[in-house]
Amino acid sequence: MLDLYGTRIQNRLLLGTAQYPSPAILADSVRESGTEIVTVSLRREAGGSKEGQDFWALIKALNVRVLPNTAGCYTVKEAVTTAQMAREVFQTDWIKLEVIGEEDTLQPNVFALVEAAEILIDQGFKVFPYTTEDIIVAEKLVELGCEVLMPWGAPIGTGRGLNNPYGLRTMREHFPDTTLIVDAGIGLPSHAAQAMELGYDAILLNTAVSGAGTPKAMAKAFAMAIEAGHMAYLADPIEMRDMAQPSTSMMGKAFLS
Amino acid sequence: MKVNIIGAGVAGLTLATELIERGVNVHIYERSRYVGEQACSWFAGGMLAPWCERESAEPAVLHYGKTALTWWEKHLTGTNAAVVSKGTMVFAQVRDRQELSRFSRRTERFEWIDNEAISTLEPDFSGRFKQALYFPDEAHVNPRLALVALFELLTKKGAHFHFNQSVEPSEFGGETVVDCRGLLAKPEWSDIRGVKGEMLIIRTEEITLNRPVRLLHPRIPFYIIPREDHHFMVGATMIENAQRARFSARSMLELLSSAYALHPSFAEAEIVEMGVDARPAFADNLPRLQKDGNIWRVNGLYRHGFLLSPSMAIKAADAILNQDDKVEQMNEYLS
Repeated sequence: MLDLYGTRIQNRLLLGTAQYPSPAILADSVRESGTEIVTVSLRREAGGSKEGQDFWALIKALNVRVLPNTAGCYTVKEAVTTAQMAREVFQTDWIKLEVIGEEDTLQPNVFALVEAAEILIDQGFKVFPYTTEDIIVAEKLVELGCEVLMPWGAPIGTGRGLNNPYGLRTMREHFPDTTLIVDAGIGLPSHAAQAMELGYDAILLNTAVSGAGTPKAMAKAFAMAIEAGHMAYLADPIEMRDMAQPSTSMMGKAFLS
Repeated sequence: MKVNIIGAGVAGLTLATELIERGVNVHIYERSRYVGEQACSWFAGGMLAPWCERESAEPAVLHYGKTALTWWEKHLTGTNAAVVSKGTMVFAQVRDRQELSRFSRRTERFEWIDNEAISTLEPDFSGRFKQALYFPDEAHVNPRLALVALFELLTKKGAHFHFNQSVEPSEFGGETVVDCRGLLAKPEWSDIRGVKGEMLIIRTEEITLNRPVRLLHPRIPFYIIPREDHHFMVGATMIENAQRARFSARSMLELLSSAYALHPSFAEAEIVEMGVDARPAFADNLPRLQKDGNIWRVNGLYRHGFLLSPSMAIKAADAILNQDDKVEQMNEYLS
């Protein structure tokens, strides 16, 4: 079971709710994948008005846990304010903390991330930080009280998969007891399976499903790949070797040369 | 037969037209003082682009949307709101070029065109884009002129307009009434949600466009449509919110930077109007027709007001005249 700040979750796919062709297709994708947690970004365009509640009502009707996020925030102050608004709207102390550092790669500003995480943890939030595979940053976050870390696979929306499998493997080895979720950059189910085979606890993705031609089928494909990857990790895969090794027993066979 | 219609937006006016042409005595009630004053279709793009829309819409939008091309042609020919049948051009910036191939995989009835063909169709875009998708069978109307033209056509044919009249469907006793009020019908149809849209009208003589142009972008489906007297409509945001006012700075930045990316000449344009409204939509973003005793409801045209209202009007008129409550819904059309 996946442990998120003491909450036990069965399904290891976390799904974003943005950019689906329609709320009905989003709902189908959530159902088909069996996901138990969706991330929702608090759209601040409404200027705090309550008129966005139709969409929240649709999300609530999905009957899954909501992990609000601070998507699109560039500063500590913005992220903290958004997190506080999200807590009020969604009635949860979970927050996916995202502080973007640069527009072209949308990579996290890890300095601002650590600063914002400290403020939010002080205020009682359970922070899910979107970070890089940098171990020193991760250590800071864990020190502050983050029980979950969410390193990127590749920049948001690129669908490139795991850019740095070595870095992600090192991170897993370095934090054996922290819940690690690959967040962002996943394009194909095989990317998600690869991360799970490395021992990651879960995968968070959005565009790979919402942007697919048939989101519902892709959501299911991801759920299956994530389960397969996790099962493979638990089954202790064989090591790679250089020389071939026959799978059929050689016993009793004559050595002729 | 007498039919009362509440709402003189694109849903109400197209239905009124269908009914009056079948000999029905039509009364239209509208809370505003004139056509378009409070209708979200006033802020529409007016694109009759079923093939392009299919990229992210259900198959039904393509199936029913094709009717719009002939319906508007038939009703607007000879008015000052004539349909312009010059197709649609779709571009992507070099950094988003994968968006163009994705768009092509999910649509049909287009041609890949190179700079030479782009230069012939849109001379002002010569050299700006290496390739584009051209959808030759699509068309567009000026939605404001089209709504007024329908109003005039209806008046000429004897429809009774009651402006400045805020009425409820329950006020008509046993008479047939069709609720075409969009988001205002929400108390009775709670599944409806609002999807906020922001649009701009700008004016510049520095650039000429012959047809709607779309710029593919991973976040907002941006388009720019030529209108009369060097005006252009720039649209449109899609925000999950029912707010009908408040143009945000972020939206303004996104719309204007998309226009600028399409052609730097748009930077010199004058901003003539900033429009905001919310589109009525159901969870699958497809329109619905509903019957409840003598009250019919047409709603949920979403961002496809001009594209789907003709098919919806035909379906609704058929159903009302046949008193058919098992009418086939658009959301039942799957492929």
